[in-house]
Amino acid sequence: MTLLDVKDLWVKFPTHQGLFEAVRGVSFTLGRERLAIVGESGSGKSMTGRAILRLIRPPGVVTADRISLEGVNLLHKTEREMRDVRGQKISMVMQDPKFSLNPVMTIGQQIIEAYRLHSNATKSEAYEKSIEMLEAVSIRDQKRVMRAYPHEMSGGMGQRIMIAMMLIPDPEILIADEPTSALDVSVQRQVLSIIDSLVKERGMGLIFISHDLNLVTDFCDRVLIMYAGRIVEVCDAKNLHKAKHPYTQGLLNSLPKLHDPQKRLEVLNRDPAWSTVASISGRI
Amino acid sequence: MLKIENLNVWFGSGRDRVNAVQNANFAVKSGASFGLVGESGSGKSTILRAIMGLTKNWSGKVYVDGTQTSIKKHNSFYKTVQMVFQDPYASLHPRHSVDQVLGETLYLHGFQDIDARVVHLLDDVGLEAKFRFRYPHQLSGGQRQRVAIARALAPEPKVLLLDEPTSALDVSVQAEILNLLSDLRSRNSLTYIMVSHDLAVVSHMCESLAVMKDSEIVEIMDVSTLRNSKACHPYSQQLLLASI
Repeated sequence: MTLLDVKDLWVKFPTHQGLFEAVRGVSFTLGRERLAIVGESGSGKSMTGRAILRLIRPPGVVTADRISLEGVNLLHKTEREMRDVRGQKISMVMQDPKFSLNPVMTIGQQIIEAYRLHSNATKSEAYEKSIEMLEAVSIRDQKRVMRAYPHEMSGGMGQRIMIAMMLIPDPEILIADEPTSALDVSVQRQVLSIIDSLVKERGMGLIFISHDLNLVTDFCDRVLIMYAGRIVEVCDAKNLHKAKHPYTQGLLNSLPKLHDPQKRLEVLNRDPAWSTVASISGRI
Repeated sequence: MLKIENLNVWFGSGRDRVNAVQNANFAVKSGASFGLVGESGSGKSTILRAIMGLTKNWSGKVYVDGTQTSIKKHNSFYKTVQMVFQDPYASLHPRHSVDQVLGETLYLHGFQDIDARVVHLLDDVGLEAKFRFRYPHQLSGGQRQRVAIARALAPEPKVLLLDEPTSALDVSVQAEILNLLSDLRSRNSLTYIMVSHDLAVVSHMCESLAVMKDSEIVEIMDVSTLRNSKACHPYSQQLLLASI
């Protein structure tokens, strides 16, 4: 079943040197699956995520044939209607918890606010639900955490709190924009397995934006590889190492390997033709 | 080349005292490359900062090239040891051009032929001459890290302390920078101490490494030991599992 259908999405920004096209004609669909978008910085992967939630502000321009959520085109919605979509239908977890949590509100206040914006729950109901959510993201000592401020939390805890906040309205789709790149390797796995189990239990669709190819192979079902605003390759995550596009191969080969030492690392040679080839469709 | 004995580093005092590094001991031979791995907050960067003199509260002994260094550093120390920082976006002055950054460093170290040396340094780190009068915001992350490496190389040091030099960069750019660092090491016979949380990067760059946890070094081993999964300490094994 298709939850989200994006067709021919363009994101443009006017600059002094003319129009800059950050995303150039990207199409894909998302079912109840874990879809990864990978690419280097500047390839347009985060912009794709933001464009879906209509978070790109003027002077940025978003055009698309359609961005439809369960058959309803989001592009035709007013700003007020979009506010009901954000959070309730589609949630987004940002990269760095340090910049995404309000530093002058306690964790509890923030989670309760997020919940009550989308439901008519009373304060005590919201409090109970918040504790429950913190438990779901394996935070111990929830009552203390509810009273604490963001600076008292470690990076891993902050990110888990963000996830708890995003999941509390029970969205259909979760967009995770590099949710673990600010975290340690050991904490990374923990956060990922939490996202994974929540996605499976609730049957959500997940868009996982990342630059880490190894992570994506283990964690996702399908991968879109982006280069210069376009999708250059679509493949199953478990077949990523068999990828055919020279860009994907180049990215994979440039990683140092723990068990396969090389004298020198392979360097990516960029072919100018890659950025002119039309975008490959990620639709099923 | 570099030896550390009973290094302790702390922050704060009284009940707020935090022991960031406790009883660290290791030695690095001349021309070798030594890695420090561990999770954030384990004290690996703090060790580098203490060696460099960026943190004043430390005790123990640090020997560089056979001579013991004190907390107050002499200029000659900075001719021997230099550091490259994690974030190339934060470690370059936004209103100094590449030429100013390198020129000032060379001037402070008392070089006369600054102009020729700037050209030479840029060439060393693989930057074309056109980058010389650019500002940091006109450079990509990889190019900025190359400038930061050029700045560290300016006083012709023997030891480079690398604090996560590639963790802010894309994998494709990381490969270029790691290759550059390997080339520079063999060309200038440098000694590296590299901090990273990425075991694959450390195993690529270094011959031996120390694993840190909760401000203590729990294990020092060769990279071959790591590759054959023969790490002894349970935390090293856990780290190894997490990175496969």
